[in-house]
Amino acid sequence: MNPAMTQSDQDRHEDRGMNDYNFAYLDEQTKRMIRRAILKGLAIPGYQVPFASREMPMPYGWGTGGVQVSAAVLTPEDTFKVIDQGADDTTNAVSIRRFFQKTAGVAVTEATAEASVIQTRHRIPEAALSEDQVLVYQVPIPEPLRFLEPSEVETRKMHELEEYGLMHVKLYEDIAQHGAIATAYAYPVKVEGRYVMDPSPIPKFDNPKLEMAAIQLFGAGREQRIYALPPYTQVVSLDFEDHPFEASKADHPCGLCGAEDSYLDELIVDDAGGRLFMCSDTDYCAARQTAGHRGADAAPVVEGMA
Amino acid sequence: MQTLSLTGGFRDAPKDAAFAFRAVMNAMAKPGEINSVTGAEPPVGLSTAAGVVLLTLCDPETPLYLAPGFDRPELRDWITFHTGAPFAPATAAEFALGAWDDLPRGNFPLGTAAYPDRSATLIVEVDELRAGGAALSGPGIKDSAELSLPERAAFQQNAALFPRGLDFIFTCGDRLAALPRSTKVS
Amino acid sequence: MYVAVKGGERAIDNAHAWLAEERRGDAKVPELTVAQIREQMTLAVNRVMAEGSLYDPDLAALAIKQARGDLIEAVFLIRAYRTTLPRFGASRPMDTGSMACDRRVSATFKDAPGGQVLGPTFDYTHRLLDFKLAADGEVPPAPEAPEGEPPAETPHIMEFLDREGLMQRDTDSKTPPRDLTREPLELPATRDLRLQALTRGDEGFVLGMAYSTQRGYARNHAFVAELRIGKVAVEMDIPELGFAIEIGEVELTECETVNQFAGSKTEPPQFTRGYGLVFGMSERKAISMALVDRALRWEELGEDNLGAPAQDAEFVLYHADNIQATGFLEHIKLPHYVDFQSELELIRKLRREATAAAQDAPREAAE
Repeated sequence: MNPAMTQSDQDRHEDRGMNDYNFAYLDEQTKRMIRRAILKGLAIPGYQVPFASREMPMPYGWGTGGVQVSAAVLTPEDTFKVIDQGADDTTNAVSIRRFFQKTAGVAVTEATAEASVIQTRHRIPEAALSEDQVLVYQVPIPEPLRFLEPSEVETRKMHELEEYGLMHVKLYEDIAQHGAIATAYAYPVKVEGRYVMDPSPIPKFDNPKLEMAAIQLFGAGREQRIYALPPYTQVVSLDFEDHPFEASKADHPCGLCGAEDSYLDELIVDDAGGRLFMCSDTDYCAARQTAGHRGADAAPVVEGMA
Repeated sequence: MQTLSLTGGFRDAPKDAAFAFRAVMNAMAKPGEINSVTGAEPPVGLSTAAGVVLLTLCDPETPLYLAPGFDRPELRDWITFHTGAPFAPATAAEFALGAWDDLPRGNFPLGTAAYPDRSATLIVEVDELRAGGAALSGPGIKDSAELSLPERAAFQQNAALFPRGLDFIFTCGDRLAALPRSTKVS
Repeated sequence: MYVAVKGGERAIDNAHAWLAEERRGDAKVPELTVAQIREQMTLAVNRVMAEGSLYDPDLAALAIKQARGDLIEAVFLIRAYRTTLPRFGASRPMDTGSMACDRRVSATFKDAPGGQVLGPTFDYTHRLLDFKLAADGEVPPAPEAPEGEPPAETPHIMEFLDREGLMQRDTDSKTPPRDLTREPLELPATRDLRLQALTRGDEGFVLGMAYSTQRGYARNHAFVAELRIGKVAVEMDIPELGFAIEIGEVELTECETVNQFAGSKTEPPQFTRGYGLVFGMSERKAISMALVDRALRWEELGEDNLGAPAQDAEFVLYHADNIQATGFLEHIKLPHYVDFQSELELIRKLRREATAAAQDAPREAAE
C-alpha cells in the first residue's frame, strides 16, 4: 500500500502495484512504435530516428531513452546487465536494474560475458562483446553538432546535405589553439562514410570499440531520438591526416588488477592528494583479480574472504 | 467476419511479440541471417513468418498495403482483428505485404532527404529462403554473406538511393530474413 | 589499502526510508489528507493537473502529498501515471461558450452580456498576511444569489468583435489536432502543438516569456478581451450508441487576448488574437499562454521576426517543459567521473605540451 494514501483515498483508486504493469512496463503500442524506430535506425546506421518518447517513472536525463529501448528489446529469457561509468553498483545503474527486475522479471548479472542485453551509461565494456549480445546506450544529447549549432532545424539540414563543415572547423580550431583536438569524450564519428554521429559521452578511449560484433542501440528519451549501429559497421573517429585520432587513457596500470589496457578511474585516497588508478569497468577488474592478476595497490589476499 | 479471423494471434502478446521482435531485429541487423519465428497462425495463404511480422510491427498507426494475391477478405479480416492496421494505397503505406512480382516497388514512400526513416518496409513472401545466391556486404555483415533474393537489380538500385530507400523482410514458412537499404548486393 | 566499496542498493533503500520519514514530518502533527489538499490547496492542484496534462483533482492532490509539496515533482508523478492510462478516444471540442462562469472579466469593454463577474479572486485583496488563518476557524458562508434566477447567458466577447468583421479569421484546417504526447515534436510546429506545449509548459517559464513580450521583446500590446473560469461539459461520441454523451465536467480557465494587426497589401488592419486554455482555475498561466501564443504567430500573420525569445518557437517549445528541464538539469548530479577523467587527462596533456613548447622557444631564440 502506498503510505501516502489514506484508506478512503485508496478506495477511490486501485492500488496499482508493479504486478499490474505490462511486461517491461511499456504498453504494447509504445513498444511497437519504438521497435519500428529501432529497425529504421539499423537500416540507416548513425541516423537519428525521431520517436515519440514516453514519460517514464524516472526523470528525463537519467536514462529514459535507454530504458525505453531496453524495454522494447528485452525478452523473458534475456540476462540483463546495467552499468553506469563502467560500474554495476553506481546508484542509477542499481535503480534501472531493479526497475527491469520488477517489471520484466529478467535475470540480471554483473558479468559482461553472461549478459545478453547490456544497458550502459558513458562506457563500453572492456571485454569484447559477441554477436549474441545487444548494447544499449543512454544518450543525453544525440546531436553531435548541437553545441556548435543550437537549432534543430539547422542541424537536420546539415545531416541531410552531409554538410559537416562546422564540425571540421571546430576540430581545426582546437589544433590551431591547443595543438591537438580538445574533445575528450562524446568524440564524433562518421558512420559508413555518411552520417556524423555522437557515440554518447563515452571517453574517446572507447571509440575504437564501436566497431564490434554486437548490435548497438542508442536511446535519447528527452530529445526523442533513437539511432543504431549494426555489427561490424564502419565507424571512424573524425580527425585530420596530420593529427590522427588517438584513443588515449591515463598512463598507468590498474592499481588493483594490473591491467594496462583498460580505462581507469582516478581516486583521491588521502588528504595529501594521493592517487589510486583503478579500472572503471568493475566486472573486468573483478574477473582479472579472480583469475589471479594483482596490481600494486591491491589488498592482500586473505584466505576465505569472498 | 469469419470466426477464423479471431484466432491465430499471439496468445501472450507481450512475451510473444518480444521474442518475435528479437528475431526480426537480428535479421535486419545481420542481413543474410535466417531466423525462425512462432506465435501466429494466420489464415491459409499467409506464412507464419509474415503473420508474426504483421502482429509484431503493425497497429492502427501503420498504414498497410496488400498486394494482389494477398488482398483477400479473410486476410483483411485477420489483419484488422489482430492489428487494427488501416489499409492504404502503396503511396501512403508504411508496410506492404505481397509476393515480389506483385509489389509495385516504384510507388512506395522512399523517405525524404531530411527524414530517410519515413520509408516503407516491404514484407515479401518468397517460395524459398536460403543462405545462397546473391552476395551481400555492408553493415551487419562480417566479411560477406549470401541470400536467395528474387533478383539483384532492384536491390542494387535501392541501395544506390541511400540514405533513402525501402527496407525488406523476406518470409517463407516460419522463417524470415531481412535486407536493409544499407546492404550492397552483387 | 583501497578496498572497492559496494553498497549502492542499501544506500538507495535507506534513502527511501528516510524520505518517507521526512515526508511524514513530526508524527505529533496530524497527517495531511488528500482531501485536505484537494479542497484547501486547490490552486496547487490546478497547476499540477495543467502541467501534468491530466484532469483528476484527487490524483493531483495525492501527487502533491507524495512530492512533499514540490509541485514539479508532483507533475512528474502525474505525467508518469498518465503514460500508463489506456486511451479510449477523444472528446468533442469543448464549448467554452456554454461555460457556467464563476469568474468572467473583460478589460476591453466596461460591460457585456453576462456582466463582469469577479468570482473568488485574489485580485483586490490587500496582500497582508492574515494571522487569523493560523488559528483554525470557521469561515462565514459567502452571500448567495437569490434562488430561481437563471444563470446569465455569457457569450464570448470575441464574438461581438467578430461580427463587426474586426477579428482576423483563423482558417479551419479541417484536420484533427495532433497529440504532442504521442509523436516527437517536429519543427516548424503547427499551432495545435504549440498550444499543447504551452498549456502543459512550466508556469514560471511561460510567465517569463509573456512578460518579455510586454517589455519590448516583440511587443504586441495585448488586451484581455476575456478571461473566463468555470465548468464545462466534456462530451464524447460513442459509435455504438450513435450519439454523444456527457462523460463529465471539467473546470477550465480560458483567456482570449486582442492585439492590433498592421494589415497587409491584401488585408485591411484587423485585431488578432492570442489564446490560452488551462485546466482548473489557473489565471496567470492562461493569460501568459495567450501572450506567448500570439508572439509565436508572427510568421503566419506576416509580421517581422524581431529576434525576440518569445518569437523563437524552437527556443520556447523546447524549453517550456519543466519535466524535461528538471530531468536534464538534475542529471548533472549523476556520476560523470569517467568523462571528467578524460577531460583531466586531456588538459594535463595539453598543459604538458604547452609547457614543453614554452621551454623550447627561448632556447630556439638563443640559438
